[in-house]
Amino acid sequence: MYKKEVRGELILGNKTYGDITNDILRSQETKAPLWWWIAFGIFFVLMSIGLGYYVPLTIAKGIGMWGNNNQVVWGWAIINFVWWIGIGHAGTAFSIFLLVFRQKWRTSINRAAEAMTVFAVLAAGLFPAIHVGRPWDEFFIFPYGPNSRGLWVNFNSPLLWDVFAITTYLTTSAIFWYIGMLPDFATVAERSKGLKKKIFRSLSLGWVGKMSSWRKFEDTLVILGGLAMPLVIAVHSIVSTDFSAGVLPGWHETIFPPFFVVGAIFSGFSMVVTLMVVIRLMFKLEDYVTDDHFDAIARIITFVSLIMGSAYLIELFIAWYSGNTFEQYVFDENYLKGHYAAPYWWMLIFNAFLPQLFWFKKVRRNLLLIFLITIGVNIGMWLERYNIVVPPMAEDFLPAGWFKYAPTIVDKWVYLGTIGLFGVGVLLFIRFIPMMAMNELKQQAKRHTELKPSAGEYIAYKKIIEDE
Amino acid sequence: MKKYWRSLEELDAVKNSEALEPTVEFPTDGLSKEEITNKVVSNRRDFLKLLGFSTAYAVAATSCQQPVRKVIPYLQRPEGVTPGVASHYASTLFTTDDYASIVVKVRDGRPIKIEGNKLSKITQGGTNARMQAAVLDLYDTARLQYPVKNGKKTTWKTVDAEITKKLEETAAAGEKIIILASTVISPSTKKLFEDFKTKYPTTEVVYLDPVSYAAIIDANEASFGKAAIPSYHFDKANVIVGFNADFLGTWLSPVQFSADYAKTRDLTTGKTEMSRHYQFETLMSLTGSNADYRTIIKPAQEKKLLIKLYNAIAAATGNATIKELPCEIKLDKVVKELLANKGKSLVVSGTNDKAIQLLVNGINNMLGNYGNTLDIQKETLLKQGRDSQVHQAFTDMKDGKAGAVIFYNTNPVYTCPNGKKKAEIIKKLKLSVAISDKIDETAKNTQYVLPDSNFLESWNDAEPIKGSFSLGQPTINKLWDTRQAQEGFMKWAGIDGSYYEYIKKYWHENILPKKEVANDENTDETNEAIKDFASGWTKALQDGVYEVEVTGDAPAFNPTSITDNIDLITNFKKPEGLSLTVYESVGMGTGLYANNPWLQELPDPITKVTWDNYVAVSPKLAKEKGWKQEDVVKVKTKNYEVELPVLIQPGQESSTVAIKLGYGRTEAGPIAEQTGGANAAGFIYAKEGYRQYTGIPVEVTATGKTYELAQTQTHDVMEGRGSIIARETTLKEWQKDKHSGNEAHVFFKDKLEHVNLYKKGYNEDHYVGHHWGLAIDYNKCTGCSACIIACQVENNIAIVGKEQVKRRRNMHWLRVDRYYSTGEDKLYATPEENPEVFYQPIMCQHCDNAPCENVCPVAATPHTNEGLNSMAYNRCIGTRYCMANCPYKVRRFNWFNFVEGGDYNYLFNDEVKRMVLNPDVVVRQRGVVEKCTMCIQRIQEGKLKAKTEGRELRDGEIEVACEQACPSNAIVFGDTNMDGARIIKLFQDERSYGLLEELKTLPSVVYMTKVRNKDEQTAHHTEA
Repeated sequence: MYKKEVRGELILGNKTYGDITNDILRSQETKAPLWWWIAFGIFFVLMSIGLGYYVPLTIAKGIGMWGNNNQVVWGWAIINFVWWIGIGHAGTAFSIFLLVFRQKWRTSINRAAEAMTVFAVLAAGLFPAIHVGRPWDEFFIFPYGPNSRGLWVNFNSPLLWDVFAITTYLTTSAIFWYIGMLPDFATVAERSKGLKKKIFRSLSLGWVGKMSSWRKFEDTLVILGGLAMPLVIAVHSIVSTDFSAGVLPGWHETIFPPFFVVGAIFSGFSMVVTLMVVIRLMFKLEDYVTDDHFDAIARIITFVSLIMGSAYLIELFIAWYSGNTFEQYVFDENYLKGHYAAPYWWMLIFNAFLPQLFWFKKVRRNLLLIFLITIGVNIGMWLERYNIVVPPMAEDFLPAGWFKYAPTIVDKWVYLGTIGLFGVGVLLFIRFIPMMAMNELKQQAKRHTELKPSAGEYIAYKKIIEDE
Repeated sequence: MKKYWRSLEELDAVKNSEALEPTVEFPTDGLSKEEITNKVVSNRRDFLKLLGFSTAYAVAATSCQQPVRKVIPYLQRPEGVTPGVASHYASTLFTTDDYASIVVKVRDGRPIKIEGNKLSKITQGGTNARMQAAVLDLYDTARLQYPVKNGKKTTWKTVDAEITKKLEETAAAGEKIIILASTVISPSTKKLFEDFKTKYPTTEVVYLDPVSYAAIIDANEASFGKAAIPSYHFDKANVIVGFNADFLGTWLSPVQFSADYAKTRDLTTGKTEMSRHYQFETLMSLTGSNADYRTIIKPAQEKKLLIKLYNAIAAATGNATIKELPCEIKLDKVVKELLANKGKSLVVSGTNDKAIQLLVNGINNMLGNYGNTLDIQKETLLKQGRDSQVHQAFTDMKDGKAGAVIFYNTNPVYTCPNGKKKAEIIKKLKLSVAISDKIDETAKNTQYVLPDSNFLESWNDAEPIKGSFSLGQPTINKLWDTRQAQEGFMKWAGIDGSYYEYIKKYWHENILPKKEVANDENTDETNEAIKDFASGWTKALQDGVYEVEVTGDAPAFNPTSITDNIDLITNFKKPEGLSLTVYESVGMGTGLYANNPWLQELPDPITKVTWDNYVAVSPKLAKEKGWKQEDVVKVKTKNYEVELPVLIQPGQESSTVAIKLGYGRTEAGPIAEQTGGANAAGFIYAKEGYRQYTGIPVEVTATGKTYELAQTQTHDVMEGRGSIIARETTLKEWQKDKHSGNEAHVFFKDKLEHVNLYKKGYNEDHYVGHHWGLAIDYNKCTGCSACIIACQVENNIAIVGKEQVKRRRNMHWLRVDRYYSTGEDKLYATPEENPEVFYQPIMCQHCDNAPCENVCPVAATPHTNEGLNSMAYNRCIGTRYCMANCPYKVRRFNWFNFVEGGDYNYLFNDEVKRMVLNPDVVVRQRGVVEKCTMCIQRIQEGKLKAKTEGRELRDGEIEVACEQACPSNAIVFGDTNMDGARIIKLFQDERSYGLLEELKTLPSVVYMTKVRNKDEQTAHHTEA
């Protein structure tokens, strides 16, 4: 059970159910503020240019539009893919792990985190789709039938499993997100008129709040959560095998699956924090996203940062200990002092050192610092993917082929385009979907504010129970 | 017709037979009556359905525009042509830069590939990169396609009438007619010139070689009384000493010399000794990079060094010594070894300096090399230009003594210094005719330009070395309204008939032995002779080569040749400041192939730069002057200057800068125009009557600009991986232990071969038939890069252009990695001044446990049961995972549409040039990955041939393109499952190892450890 004495209050301000509904839905029931329009404009432009011009340009002209070359055949596309997938871990990891572990403080954050997941995975999914040479033949990757020529996919290839993992993950995350929103859609429908009412009524699948519905609802969520939990681990493990199944020094490592999953959680949590800081400030939701919330996430980030740091150390040590010249070169020469030392050291600073500031309570409770550090973590995690993708390929076995990699303007715009997509998605989410799980918040509110139901409410509850 | 019945029921049936349903042949369960009877029953609904479907189908099928392609069959099949089957014709390739006896592969009437003629005792079946690429020049649309008079199109008839008239006038006026030609080695053409002279007695034939060998010819005239270049036999030499002679790359006859040289380096035949090669040179040449001991000398030091060597040998052999100039370079070891190998050594110099060549002759004579490694009796005829004559010819033109000049296959405005002045002189001539394939820099200034046919469209013969003949025959009808030069000369000289008949007549009279005919009255003597000649001629034509014995005594050495020229020899002026050397490069030669995109994109064997020339400077000089790679500098002499980017070249002498010839052509065609670079021929100057290519005093100043060079390799050091990747040892070590340098392989061979986590990789049960393999011997590979072009021609590999090479997107399936190494291989250390060089040709290794295969999500690159790693282009979607996971990085991706319909106008988008494509190899679309297939089309062809002939495949029957092109036979292809195959022996050789075999990729390509003939492992700079 939740112990208020230990954890503090989850919702401040002694809110009633009505207060909660009003607070959360204010963002969509009032006119959109100016900053929303500005932000939306910026992200929309980014998305339009990146995905509307540069992606078609790539498909029309060829991958040569990017900076990839014979030596470094994968570039920003794969880096961004892994980065977005990592961020996409936030929602599910956050929501599901904490749900299964009964961490009730998740309630004010999980909805936004899940929304983020969906948009991040969408952004991630774009990259494998456009980074192939012949996108028009992409369907070859599905084991479709009937198959008269005996062509079949190669189940040995991690890339194939990527396709399976990501599509499954995207579907499950979306379903989980959607089902969790049913009661809130009903609430929105209740409070609105006309077309909006109709839309939200149908979105809520005719939710009326029957006790049996509630029970099924909660069971479904737990079951879905339980199913999705291994997926969270699987999806990034499989992404990691894209590299660890390879022979390149710097790729061929058994540590990669857990390392990738932890890294994904790291970047996902950080992105959630970044976003929640913004939402809290912009919508003045300090009562729901309290300093205690940030404190709790910061502790998790600190812990994950320690895992990341140890993983980096282990990589360096194993490279040295293995006695493998090629491996030693990548880690102990190239990363630490070679051509790729700058991104490596920045990665260490952002991922392993900066989050350690969270050991100080003052930092954990300083919104600005939290914001900066989590932004730093996401930069650091991008650099980590850069370090994984580029240097091992750029300087691999035969030194004669070694070559540098530099992204082109197209690479950069496609990346900005996905950031635009993500931003547009999140902004639309804020505007049109209850951005916190009201139904779950209300459970928490009830739990720790010890509301006494009025006589009318009591009778209503009783009636519902008797109906069951 | 009677009707039979067995029962009454049947009778009824028979009666109604017209109405009977047909019996059904196949089971009819579940089919409707209509379906069984195959009757079409349709109603309004069906009609509408069909109408709807067909409309939709028609819309769908026509909405995508498909290019219309026409396949036109032969109306009447020409004799001897089977569509889809290639024919091969022996022929001869001779240009200002190259000579080889060749075999031309003609497919469906189009010559598509040039191979070496194995019957030739000179080139021995080898080719170089330029020869491989020469086939594209046939289809070069920049060629002149009709005769031109004063820049306007005209007809052959007018041209011939006018020229003949003018020539007659000139001869009548007693003015000189000069035929300025590049060296002619065709005996028939020379005869034709004689005939021409008979009609026009004032005619003078002057040979002009773009790079002059006149000093050698003149020196031999002084030494032997015979103005000729001897023929060289590197294969008979135990000690080879080269002075600035790039005999493996560009000097005289590199294909021949590479083949001979490789024989002395071959350790696979059971020999345990190999030749020792000393090279003294200013630039890092291909030859120097293969030398056992390479010493850097200043251009001016060469003579001092040769005098020192001469004196040392003279002293030891009891000859008179000459005055010595101070020289600090030690020669004790060279002298000792030369003396120990008298008659089995060879000293050569490539410098166009009579004094130097006299010394070389003297040294070789004292060592008794004439008649052994050198043959002055059977001279090389490949270069016959005499600088004095060329100079005289231009003086005559200037002074107006020459009334008519015919420029035949020569381009002095481009290849000689003072081009602009020469152009002015040419413009003022009374009659100037250029016989050229293009309106080149010289032809632009002449009155008449007569397009010469390509050698693949012409008849010709050749005598590269005295007594060795080679025939050239056309392999395609003329593409345009061109005419081979000889026919023109015949017309003007009033000789009837075709040049083919002329050659035949000449051969009948002079070359083919005339058989004694029995004195029988009933036999028609003439006919018998012709019949006999015909069979001899046919055989010579089929073989392509023909040898006759050269008789007579060898000319004797003139003992006073040194003392007669002692002033010339000991005359020495100390040079000051920076000097420039201009040199021929392996790819571009003297600029003849400037419009050939294959050669433009061929990485220079040493510098790996494509599409450009540059100023090569030593690391020391660059450091002193503060120049960085790609800084543009201005190189200036009194009357010529160029601006070119700097390239830092380890192993170059530090007071010398160097520029490649052959670039900066303005009139060679659109591709040459796109190329960067500048013409370095303007720096050539005359000294003592000889064109000088080295020691040119120059000023070099930085311009502050930079220019990006397109290099295919930018990392030159091994990062301490030498013992893993590029294995080498010394001869002494190898003699002690055959595994020396290759110790790691022993470990992997014994310990790892059968350790399998999964039952994968080489499995004898799996490869029951063939298992193809390739063995590459570093000892024979000189890095000449012929294989790169051969592979490109054979496999229709795209040309990507300078910009894409800069972005490292070149498509070559086969690359030659070049590493520099010094004694100690330090990380990030810049290679020191005189590094050792290591060449490593790399193509797909066809791993039996290939990392690329198991990562492809769509299984587009599976393994065949013959051990090949294959590519299904149609299946490939281009994830590039295979490329990422290839430890050798041999896979290539079509980053753009480099082929037809794309923006890359080098070869694939040109209707005419496309004819050179190999129809057996599919052209790859944008977005797919490609790589070496081990010439699977040749394997297939060979297998089919053996099958139709009902026999087993023979070892060596199938040759892959790189193997076939290699002049030094460094590459051997074969079936590792075939008993007694050469390749099995090579695979089992102690020197063999698989590249990165510790990854357990089980490559089907093995490399054979390089053995340097050194006393110690490390490089020494001054000791030699």
